[in-house]
Amino acid sequence: MIKVENLYKSFQGKTVLHDISFDVQKGEVLGFLGPNGAGKSTTMRIITGFLEPDAGQVSICGQDVAQSPVEAKRYIGYLAESAATYQDMRVQSFLNFAAQIRGLIGVAKSTAIDRVIDLCHLEPVLHQPIENLSKGFRQRVGLAQALVHDPDVLILDEPTDGLDPNQKYEVRGLIARIAQSKAIVFSTHILEEVENVCSRAIVINEGRIVANGTPDSFKAQTSSGRLDDFFRNITRSIKEPKTLN
Amino acid sequence: MSPTKMIQIITKRELSVYLGSPVAYVFLIAFLLLSGILTFTLGNFFERNEASLGIFFNWMPWLLLFLVPAIGMRLWSEEKRLGTIEFLLTLPITPLQAILGKFIASWIFLIVVILGSFPMVITVNLLGSPDNGVILAGYIGCFFLAGTYLAIVCLASALTKNQVIAFIVSVMVCLLLNLIGFSPITDLLSRWLSPPMIEGIANFSVLSHFDGFQRGILDSRDVIYFVSVIACSLYINNLVIKNTRAG
Repeated sequence: MIKVENLYKSFQGKTVLHDISFDVQKGEVLGFLGPNGAGKSTTMRIITGFLEPDAGQVSICGQDVAQSPVEAKRYIGYLAESAATYQDMRVQSFLNFAAQIRGLIGVAKSTAIDRVIDLCHLEPVLHQPIENLSKGFRQRVGLAQALVHDPDVLILDEPTDGLDPNQKYEVRGLIARIAQSKAIVFSTHILEEVENVCSRAIVINEGRIVANGTPDSFKAQTSSGRLDDFFRNITRSIKEPKTLN
Repeated sequence: MSPTKMIQIITKRELSVYLGSPVAYVFLIAFLLLSGILTFTLGNFFERNEASLGIFFNWMPWLLLFLVPAIGMRLWSEEKRLGTIEFLLTLPITPLQAILGKFIASWIFLIVVILGSFPMVITVNLLGSPDNGVILAGYIGCFFLAGTYLAIVCLASALTKNQVIAFIVSVMVCLLLNLIGFSPITDLLSRWLSPPMIEGIANFSVLSHFDGFQRGILDSRDVIYFVSVIACSLYINNLVIKNTRAG
């Protein structure tokens, strides 16, 4: 459902993505891992059509993002890293806008809105302006707008960032519940999430894919059997300082 | 869904932002107060003893010069600063649909605000018998003028995250479009430039093209001028937004 082929991207002469290729099938939750600045968000922005790559192609459900951006974007639900939403709008009207612009009208629209309100537990804040909400609720509003049109492809950039442990648990549960019918790409810093939620993971470092496999296969490559050791081993670009005597 | 429908949805959202924010009401009051003061006090409306809104329309290019940038400066700058541009541009719409939706919403808002001055029309009709055709043409000219300033503000706003910079840049550009047709400036330029050159430069001024509307003449050349500046600014706006996507 998601096919990413040979992506290259540089900003002001600095290469941030180098030959990134992968694909995601229906029912898969792909964990996207990497240190800060590794190129995770840039890749996601290219997949969603917000940024154009210098070279390479992305297709979503058979639609090329560069050739037919509007058609490709119809299949995507995207929660950006900042989870930016229109702060001056109330939750209900924001979701209404998100549903309308995705082509939902009439009964289908109200059913879809009710479904995501329920799914993301937004009932208590429905009539509040988004700017008055806590970070957790804002993140859930962002998630709700990404899910409102029941997209085939979900791109979630650090969806659990800034949430408290209970909310993180809820979001993970939500992703697990909807995973069967969708292709999901999900970036995170929390390795525990990868183990719990993802069927496969990609580790990206300095703009290159350095590992692609199941969380279990990663763990098998370390003597400790721990995912964080694997992550540290393959993403450590600078040598650890020597211990001072 | 049709592109028009998409533009309509964006327009509706933007209009709801205006209606839901105090800025709109402050703007409306500021416009009515300033246009009233400029017309009745500084413009010596009563001493002129004319049943016309000529003096009101005379002030419009100068008043809108500040008020339109104040309304339009947030259009793209705010999206960029808050990061909502990422949300907007990943929706299944083209950048041009987003640009047109925002532009149309703000233009509708400005037209409604300008129409808020209708008590002046009633006043001159009560005091005398003005040529209402001239007044109507003046209002149409104001709508085009506001649209032209607005398109320039949209472009300036797309260029920066900072609303103050967007405001200052658009006031400067709109001021320039005024001054090149403002008689004290053209008189000054006539010391160095030949009359055909001055006329050529003044042809690019909003004042020269607004003048016809003020006198009740709907000249297609004036309409074409305003429509061209709007189309040109929005076209460049589209390029700027596309360029944002190129990183």
